[in-house]
Amino acid sequence: MSDTHFVRNQMVEEQDPPAATTGVAGWLRENLFSSVSNSILTLLSLAFVYWLLAQALPWIVSPTWHAESLTECREIIAELGYGGACWGIIRERWLQFMFGFYPAELYWRVVLDFLLLAVALAPVLFTNLPRKMLYFSAIYPFLMPWLLWGGTIWNPIVVALGFVIGFYAQRLLKPSIGELAATIAAFVLPIIWWLFVAGPVADALASVLPLSIQAVESRNFGGYMLSITIGVVAIALSLPIGILLALGRQSDLLIVRSLSVGFIEFIRGVPLITLLFVASTLLNIFMPPGTDFDIILRVIIMVTLFASAYMAEVIRGGLAALPRGQYEAADALGLDFWMAQRLIIMPQALKISIPGIVSTFIGVFKDTTLVSIIGLLDPLGLSRAILADSAWNGIVWEIYGFIAVMFFIFCFSMSRYSMYLERKLQTGHR
Amino acid sequence: MKKTVLVGALALAGLSAGVASAGTLDDVKARGTLNCGVNTGLTGFANPSASGEWEGFDVAICRAVAAAVLSDATAIEFIPTTGKTRFTALASGEIDMLARNTTWTFTRDVDLKFEFVGVNYYDGQGFMVPKELGVSSAKELDGATVCIQTGTTTELNLADFFRANNISYEPVPVETDNEAQQQYLAGACDTYTTDASGLAAVRATFESPGDHILLPEIISKEPLGPLVRHGDNEWGDVVRWTLNALISAEELGVTSANIEELSGGTNNPEINRLLGTEGSLGEMLGLDGEWAKRAIMAGGNYGELFEKNIGEATPIGLARGLNAQWTNGGLLYSPPFR
Repeated sequence: MSDTHFVRNQMVEEQDPPAATTGVAGWLRENLFSSVSNSILTLLSLAFVYWLLAQALPWIVSPTWHAESLTECREIIAELGYGGACWGIIRERWLQFMFGFYPAELYWRVVLDFLLLAVALAPVLFTNLPRKMLYFSAIYPFLMPWLLWGGTIWNPIVVALGFVIGFYAQRLLKPSIGELAATIAAFVLPIIWWLFVAGPVADALASVLPLSIQAVESRNFGGYMLSITIGVVAIALSLPIGILLALGRQSDLLIVRSLSVGFIEFIRGVPLITLLFVASTLLNIFMPPGTDFDIILRVIIMVTLFASAYMAEVIRGGLAALPRGQYEAADALGLDFWMAQRLIIMPQALKISIPGIVSTFIGVFKDTTLVSIIGLLDPLGLSRAILADSAWNGIVWEIYGFIAVMFFIFCFSMSRYSMYLERKLQTGHR
Repeated sequence: MKKTVLVGALALAGLSAGVASAGTLDDVKARGTLNCGVNTGLTGFANPSASGEWEGFDVAICRAVAAAVLSDATAIEFIPTTGKTRFTALASGEIDMLARNTTWTFTRDVDLKFEFVGVNYYDGQGFMVPKELGVSSAKELDGATVCIQTGTTTELNLADFFRANNISYEPVPVETDNEAQQQYLAGACDTYTTDASGLAAVRATFESPGDHILLPEIISKEPLGPLVRHGDNEWGDVVRWTLNALISAEELGVTSANIEELSGGTNNPEINRLLGTEGSLGEMLGLDGEWAKRAIMAGGNYGELFEKNIGEATPIGLARGLNAQWTNGGLLYSPPFR
């Protein structure tokens, strides 16, 4: 028996992993060249990407930014000797794509409006911001139409008063006439206020103290500003209306339930484009001649109704996924219906529904392009009008590519936000 | 829920703004703007410029009417309409007049209850083919694939023409003019058919227009003109005679350049009546004496408008053809101002 046994009595120094498995080389080997077939696929993909870029990049970076017409573009491209895009149209018309026919000296109002939109949305979207910012978020819905449409400041103020009336009706009437009656009053009184009282009051206030900015006709709205206006309003309104409809559909009260089911099924049963045609043509015929019911408002109402019906079903899915025990726990704590919804049911149901809700939002935003069919000049409708300019007639890829990229930016941000929100709200039992 | 208010309030404001409707002429004067329906975009006829101003041959008619009625050629609310929305927009009163390359047909005039006040462009349906196809007449198009815009009179005319000549074709339906251009250039169809003015405009935008020819056959009559609602004859007269004033002005040699000089008085009594220095034609229309002068000054007489928007100096390059004055062998023939 030899005595060549070996006992290590000190630790081996920590060593770097083999060079082939670390750094760039390691990553490449791991991810791209891990086997023969993968290596072949990698090379093929690289060749494809190269081919794609070789085709697209020269086209994209063609020096036609300052061209004044398609003919000029073609001259520049002919000198280049290879195919190129004609970007002059974007340079000349991008303001029109953004603002439509909004008066140029008032562009700042639109820009300010959408900047403020970001400020108002921030505390709603990101909970680590100061909660006091929510006060601004509450004011914003009244500020936004005023900045866009202009006119007297009293209109948004009397409209806001309607909500104050509804709130206090619920508060003050509840002890005297009971909860159900107070809730009904909270819905009915503001409607009466808006329909019959608000107009004269606003006029009276405006005649006493005329505070107003230049009014802009809806007809001048166009381009992305129109899409965003319709999209944002429809998105912001469809969520609360959808929640109410979803609750209504689950209600034990026969009338509330039948109305909700009827509304949801009817709206979901017809295509959006028919609703838009109703808004643009049928309503005109039904209403007394000379009535000037703003076309954009009609479209916003229709798109909102449409989105609400879909939203209601998405949220109903969230409600259905909630275990029965949650409702029973809320009851056991002695919470009334609205408190249970607000504190226990909705936070969970909405969290479950986030992917569906955001899909609906994205769908609504993209659906706004349908308004081009009824003659409103959203980016797509505007592209048709712009292409009718004999200087640019014949351009296709550049203009539709531009529109597609802009829509992609908006929709992709919404989608990323929803993923962020899901990660943040994840509580671990999924 | 907060934003429902704004909807409610704006709806209310919109409803309360509705007023009892008198004659359209009085409405327009009271409102101070003319609501004019135009195409959402048709080369040479209606399109917005980079600064958002509408321009084109149809738009010029709107401007002339606004100048005649409101003394301001820019006091117009242009309302873009599609082929589907144009007639309801007019019938419902959303627009006061429609100047949207609309063909004057029996059913539109009688059944839809509109009043075509005249013709501002005599068009007709033609065919465009690539030169290399080697076709010189539409009758040689047997078995051809044809790009055709759906839902238009051209679709029906096409069927009629091929049936009458006992030849066959295969339609390739397209929705818009731009789509048709792409399909045609990509070779998806042998020939593209639409109004001859449209074909000329499309061909002008091609990279090599010389490779494509318009066939000599014009297979339909497409008299395009402005229209108003039935039953408001005073307003119809205003639009009709504004159009006639533009046409007569060309015939009488009144242009935007010499109109100031001529309105000082001339030896031609018809010019004097037209420009309001003699007689009281304007008052009969419910306007003032200088209505026609303003209409002509808004953009020029018919010939000037034609040359500026669609004439041979423009990329569209249309010849006057049928749209020449009757004295030059065309069809333009305005009733006299008497």
